Amino acid sequence: MDDKFPKKNILSTQIDLSKFEPATDDEKRQQDVMSESTTFFKDGMRRLMKNPLAVLSIIILGIILLTIVFAPMFVPYDYDEMIKVNGKKDKSCNNLAPFTYSENEMAYMEKTGEKLFPHIFGTDELGRDYFVRVIYGTRISLLVGVFASIIVLIIGMLYGSISGYFGGKVDLIMMRIVDIIYSLPDMLIIILLSVVLNQIITFKPGSLLSELGTNMISIFIVFGMLYWVSMARLIRGQILSIKENEYILAARSIGAKPGRIIGKHILPNCLSVIIISTALQVPSAIFTESYLSFIGLGVKAPMPSLGSLANAARNGLEFYPYKLIFPAIVICLIVLSLNLLGDGLRDAFDPKLKR
Amino acid sequence: MSDILLEVKNLKQYFPVRSNGKKVPLKAVDDVSFTINKGETLGLVGESGCGKTTVGRSILQLYKPTAGEVYFDGELVTDKNINQMRKKMQMVFQDPYSSLDPRMTVEDIIGEPLDVHKLYSNKKERREKILELMNYVGLNAEHATRYAHEFSGGQRQRIGIARALAVDPQFIVCDEPVSALDVSIQAQVINMFEDLQKKLGVAYLFIAHDLLVVHHISKRIAVMYLGKIVEIAEADDLNENPQHPYTQSLLSAVPIPDPDITRSRKRIILEGDVPSPLNTPSGCAFRTRCKYATEKCAMECPSLTDRGNGHFVACWNK
Repeated sequence: MDDKFPKKNILSTQIDLSKFEPATDDEKRQQDVMSESTTFFKDGMRRLMKNPLAVLSIIILGIILLTIVFAPMFVPYDYDEMIKVNGKKDKSCNNLAPFTYSENEMAYMEKTGEKLFPHIFGTDELGRDYFVRVIYGTRISLLVGVFASIIVLIIGMLYGSISGYFGGKVDLIMMRIVDIIYSLPDMLIIILLSVVLNQIITFKPGSLLSELGTNMISIFIVFGMLYWVSMARLIRGQILSIKENEYILAARSIGAKPGRIIGKHILPNCLSVIIISTALQVPSAIFTESYLSFIGLGVKAPMPSLGSLANAARNGLEFYPYKLIFPAIVICLIVLSLNLLGDGLRDAFDPKLKR
Repeated sequence: MSDILLEVKNLKQYFPVRSNGKKVPLKAVDDVSFTINKGETLGLVGESGCGKTTVGRSILQLYKPTAGEVYFDGELVTDKNINQMRKKMQMVFQDPYSSLDPRMTVEDIIGEPLDVHKLYSNKKERREKILELMNYVGLNAEHATRYAHEFSGGQRQRIGIARALAVDPQFIVCDEPVSALDVSIQAQVINMFEDLQKKLGVAYLFIAHDLLVVHHISKRIAVMYLGKIVEIAEADDLNENPQHPYTQSLLSAVPIPDPDITRSRKRIILEGDVPSPLNTPSGCAFRTRCKYATEKCAMECPSLTDRGNGHFVACWNK
């Protein structure tokens, strides 16, 4: 620049033209670069992954899931099978401590030089491998939790969205029904239902339902009948506030039908609340199943669930405390990590809590 | 009279309100009649709460009118044919922030009327139509996959306008489409409304409370007070020769960017407050604040009468 312009006095007000060159195309383009378009879901996931507790609970849940899916493939014992050594029932392997072998097993291993699979959690009083039983119990508990939550979600969502969207008299009547259902004692109904269902239902032997037993069916029915009410109320409240938005009016002025408005506009906008409350519903369902199994209303023996395992462990608590500890730890881990995950989801997806 | 597009006859919209335990009708719109010609813009002005928005929404049957009829292109608008009518009548909303669904991309927002009325045969045609609409309102094709919250207020309002245009309507209710935007953007959006009208020949009912904006865009202007139309006239005529005392005071409040005029002119300041729409005064609604009010005003409600040149005024005073 020095060769084009004469050297100017420091006090001169002459403008240095070289500072006012037109921007090149490259420089112009820098102005209109917009940030990468993020969807609501991506944005929420990014925030979820920043939450260490939520990530930890995802990892724990992942490990538990992988274990209950794949571990039964590696462990050569079955949940209802008493341990046999060389084809013969082994009477000496009842109530083994974790990672120990019975006398018969040790004799067999010495004789053949073959290594038997260890009893990671020991065995129970009938000589069944406790690790496999805990894994099957976890399977049942998680299955019940997830299924019950799905039932609750579907019924609660349908009911709540209809009640909230149409409002007025429809809402009034539907919410009074909810109030009535709220007042029914759930425990009593589970007991009554399982008594009645025991009489009238017969299962095909060998099917999953027959192994779970009528108590489980009545638990599902009770979840379907009674536990959806809080979900329905939650969704109704969400919809009442969302439907006041102008984009709902805009959709109506376009000519969209109520079904489309609920499905395309209202539900996506309360999706975060739905996901969160479902994630929090799973542990509460697991808990319900556990305590029902604990008082003897759960799955049918020999199928284990975490609650019934804990109940069975009560008898020998002084001598074999680990039999209570293992299922209790698993229940705690599942419930705790699902709750933390639910909290993390709420922090990540609820726009009102955005910082 | 084939060039009349929309005719509103004695439209009444009462909302039931509970006051002191009794059900009282809130007269949001009380006996409003007007017509809009094809390709014309009728401006509708009035202060907050006078029922401007309710008129717009009642025409589109978003509220079911208590009484009165709306004829569109000579056909009575009813519950049964409203879905067909919505292909011809659309609405642009006031608040560009709440009138777009935050979970939908621009493409889906603009495409929604197409989806609802099934106006395309395949995905490609849908996309082409959407891009054409975005082009109309000055949005780039690359904006299509973005979400509404990524745009500024002016751009959002353009999205809302594109959505209204999607079904190729003949008539659009513009419900204060620029009052949420700042002034420089207002000009852009209003010019766009005018360009679209020239290009597509749509008629507007342009609701606003800014008289200058309305005067700029409208051919005729209707002034509302407390649920009633008090004056309708050609825009220039109304501006230069306001007949109703309410219109006179409204116009005297419009700022004029010339200090000499502003100093010399007298502002007409109304006394008192707007009466509650739950308990409207007898006779002329404006009489409680009108300095020319006589006994006759309290007895009978003046109807809109022609004072020549299509200048209608609802006032007993000449």
